[in-house]
Amino acid sequence: MTADKERLDRAIIAMRVARELPPGATVNLGIGIPTLVSMFVADDSIVFYHSESGVLNCGPLAEDGNEDIDLINAGGQFLEPVPGMAYFSSVDAFAMIRGGHVDVTILGAHQVSATGDLANWMLPDRGVGNIGGAMDLAAGAEKVIVAMEHNDRNGNPKVVQECSFPLTGKGCVSLVVTDVAVMEPTPDGMALREVAPGWSPDDVQSVTGARLIIPDTVAEYEV
Amino acid sequence: MTFSKLYDTPATAVADIHDGATLLIGGTTRSGEPTALLAALLTIGVRDLTCICDFADWDGSEGILQLAQAERIARVISPFPFVGENGGVIHKQWRDGALAVEVIPQGTLAERLRAAGAGIGGVFTPVGLGTRLADGKETRTINGVECVLESPLRADFALIRADRADALGNLAYRGAQRGWNAVMAPAARITIAEVDTVGEPGAIDPELVITPGIYVNRVVYTPPTGDRG
Repeated sequence: MTADKERLDRAIIAMRVARELPPGATVNLGIGIPTLVSMFVADDSIVFYHSESGVLNCGPLAEDGNEDIDLINAGGQFLEPVPGMAYFSSVDAFAMIRGGHVDVTILGAHQVSATGDLANWMLPDRGVGNIGGAMDLAAGAEKVIVAMEHNDRNGNPKVVQECSFPLTGKGCVSLVVTDVAVMEPTPDGMALREVAPGWSPDDVQSVTGARLIIPDTVAEYEV
Repeated sequence: MTFSKLYDTPATAVADIHDGATLLIGGTTRSGEPTALLAALLTIGVRDLTCICDFADWDGSEGILQLAQAERIARVISPFPFVGENGGVIHKQWRDGALAVEVIPQGTLAERLRAAGAGIGGVFTPVGLGTRLADGKETRTINGVECVLESPLRADFALIRADRADALGNLAYRGAQRGWNAVMAPAARITIAEVDTVGEPGAIDPELVITPGIYVNRVVYTPPTGDRG
């Protein structure tokens, strides 16, 4: 059993995801690990942030003492004001998402299936959950990247052959970055792209619910 | 005689909200909640309310939480009805069967409100397809894209908040106040706005009016408290 091998921390996951953001992209960050991604975008790479709270081109999280109750992200965190911001209503905020104007969204997940189905709004044992803007982003963003821990707190795999939790969207995920691997859902199944330092493809398979497609060469996780 | 939509107090502005009313409640997390109107609503004691809002249970949406704690809410339609992992008062009442919850994607909420306000008979969207939210709904393939039909969502009253108003009900917002407040204003039979400042007609540059007064029936001036809460 390899589950006791060292896993990468949340900041490293965010760092790896940051490399996926092309210069000039408009990006929407979900809550949790995705929020950390903005800390690791290279200074010379210009990325525009979109928030469902109705602000575009917003800055990073606000410094202490600089909080403005009306300048917040979707999770209610305070944002830094920056030149070039725009405010808009929720109709526009979601037209931007649903109309395909947001290039990349980074979301957390409870489960991702081998073909890119996403389940991230409800744990069945609670019976209910919050959807927020996740279904809009899953359906509307040009590229959906999932950033999450590879296994849940009980050790269950979150990368699975078929999702057993209620879906947020079907076949919408294009890349999965976890604390042990980078994977790409394909019509044929989940393809392994990179492994964390010290992990072999077989190690990753042993903590993964989906059957991984393992190419001849698998790169080590680069950040 | 001067035409004015100004009401003297939050209590007079909400006095005709009745048991069983459907309410739109503006704001998101900590910004833009119509706190004074919700406090007045709590005082007049109406019950069996249907509340349609972005965050129903969040430590910044205190007005809705107080209504829930007083057991005035029968139904919640919201993208974020529950707080945290262990749930708050709305989760508890839902579990006890005291309150019904409809969870709705934010963009679907926005478009259903937009449809109601604009007299559109519904919206076809791919959002929610392949999930349980599409169960039982009409679907249609349009230009090769499979879509689900979402109906307009109209309310009896909208309780909203803005930064500035004039006596004709023209509104301007501050930052994230605009998000849901501007979308809800057209979607109710009676729209009531609480505002931080109010002026004569002309006080807001017409180029900068976000919600034209035609959508607003009543305006209440509620000076902000220390934390703008």
